Amino acid sequence: MAAPDTVLVEAGLDALEARPRAQRGLPVRLREHGLPPLLGLALVLAVWQAVWAAGIEPDWVLPSPVEVGESLVGAANHGQVWPSVGQSVLRGVLGFAVSVAAGTVLGLLVGRLRPLRLAVGPVLAGLQNLPSVAWVPPAVMFFGVTPAALYSVVLLGAIPSIALGLVSGLDQVPPLFLLVGRNLGARRLASVRHVLLPAALAGYVAGLKQGWAFAWRSLMAAEIIAVSPALGPGLGRLLKQAQDAGDMRLAFCAIALILVVGIVVNMLVFTPLERRVLRARGLATPTR
Amino acid sequence: MSPPPPTAAGLPATPPAPAPHLLSDPPSDPGRDPGSEPHAVRLTGLGKSFARPGSAETPVLEGIDLTVPAGGFTCLIGASGCGKSTLLHLIAGLAEPSTGTVEVAGGHAALMFQEAALFPWLSAGRNIELALRLRGLRGRAERRAEAERLLTLVRLDGAHSRPVHELSGGMRQRVALARALAQQSSVLLMDEPFAALDAITRDVLHEELVRLWEQTGCAVVFVTHNVREAVRLGREVVLLSSRPGRIAGRWTVPVPQPRRIEDAEVAGLAAKITERLREEISRHGRA
Ligand SMILES: Nc1ncnc2c1ncn2[C@@H]1O[C@H](COP(=O)(O)OP(=O)(O)O)[C@@H](O)[C@H]1O
Ligand SMILES: [Mg+2]
Repeated sequence: MAAPDTVLVEAGLDALEARPRAQRGLPVRLREHGLPPLLGLALVLAVWQAVWAAGIEPDWVLPSPVEVGESLVGAANHGQVWPSVGQSVLRGVLGFAVSVAAGTVLGLLVGRLRPLRLAVGPVLAGLQNLPSVAWVPPAVMFFGVTPAALYSVVLLGAIPSIALGLVSGLDQVPPLFLLVGRNLGARRLASVRHVLLPAALAGYVAGLKQGWAFAWRSLMAAEIIAVSPALGPGLGRLLKQAQDAGDMRLAFCAIALILVVGIVVNMLVFTPLERRVLRARGLATPTR
Repeated sequence: MSPPPPTAAGLPATPPAPAPHLLSDPPSDPGRDPGSEPHAVRLTGLGKSFARPGSAETPVLEGIDLTVPAGGFTCLIGASGCGKSTLLHLIAGLAEPSTGTVEVAGGHAALMFQEAALFPWLSAGRNIELALRLRGLRGRAERRAEAERLLTLVRLDGAHSRPVHELSGGMRQRVALARALAQQSSVLLMDEPFAALDAITRDVLHEELVRLWEQTGCAVVFVTHNVREAVRLGREVVLLSSRPGRIAGRWTVPVPQPRRIEDAEVAGLAAKITERLREEISRHGRA
């Protein structure tokens, strides 16, 4: 128990500085996070509909959103679309998971070992700039038109982002934290586990998010170029089929699905993850 | 406003010892001179220079001989950049001395940094639990209970789950103090821990620190550039000169605790030391 005047003094001057905890109900959060994207989508559809109604382009070049929606439903009824979505998402998730494992190990090594960093760092940065579609021809030559070719393109696209995200996260760890960890008695591995990795987490999560985007893009590029019945369905293949058949509706439908998968994965996985990491560190504003 | 009785702060329910020690006794050191009083820290001929690329090594500290007795309270003052933090890092083993030796009772000194050095990804209580875990305390429940006890000790009951960024500056330094105490070292090093706080909060924390020092019986080495703070807290005040840092003066504070920063004796001694510090700074300015 503190002497009462001590508590008062402390409460009067310094305690005001302490930030109260914001507790927000689900309806409020839904309204704040769910409504704006829906409004944005509605706006895009409205503009699309208006341009279509103005009749600037013929219908077969620019179909109306309603028509695209109908053809989406139609395609789904033909059993073409959902297997493509399922297969592509499966490949994307699998390729991403392997990329996370490989990219994390690579990032840790490059971030902490100076010689390796000097040797591999510039290569990684260069790889990140290279459009991963460039890997499709050599991958097909090496593996043939097989799943291995698709996955290798995904890995080459995603691993550099994940590794570099972790490296930049590690670079931003304040040296003070490492000193504190040492004083608390954290030796090599304990220091990595209890200080280095948590301190680098924000950069790492940013790298994961970008890594997923690259994995998904790379997969679509690979699926569009490397087409073979042996590979089975895929969203990229669907897009290619739409082009071959001159079916603009199907093309838009495939693009919409590629977008939706990207947005849904971001909204379900990366945005909450990022928010959690930032908020736990006091880096996000309460409204984020 | 007198400091509360030392038993009020949630010490373990063990039978009350004459002086409640939170800390294990420092192991006896057979290599020590017979007859000398037990020391918490002993520095002999300690020097440190840093290599600068493209120029000669610049000595930051030189020929420091200093003994802090067990249970002592020594305040180190000196101009900014004179090597106070470097000295603490040497004592804590975070840097290697260029010359001389460092002896620390129990082999380890807990260091509390000036800045908010709490880990922002852990709650207040978890910061303390991490220190306990790295100290080797097994068992989650035990660590949790010990963290709660330490939080009570620094008068932050119920703050266990609060994120660090929600706490005020004074509360953060209390958590940092609790984390340092969690290390159970017989030496506590403090590097300008209250420099960023307002005067009244600092005043309150001075009282708390003296109370904890008396309770735990650990030796404190407290760095500050505030002379009054040094005289308010320390049993002994040591002045460091600049470039290279050497011991330029030592004073024993004859006033018993509890003291207050406005006490005439505190102010009087502080004025004397400040004058020496001024001389030291202007001597360095002329050089
Ligand atoms: N790692 C380092 N490398 C080079 N110079 C350093 C290093 N650490 C401290 N110094 C120098 O040593 C001097 C003393 O620093 P410091 O101990 O932080 O001073 P104080 O804590 O008294 O303000 C400063 O001039 C600083 O530039
Ligand atoms: Mg300093």
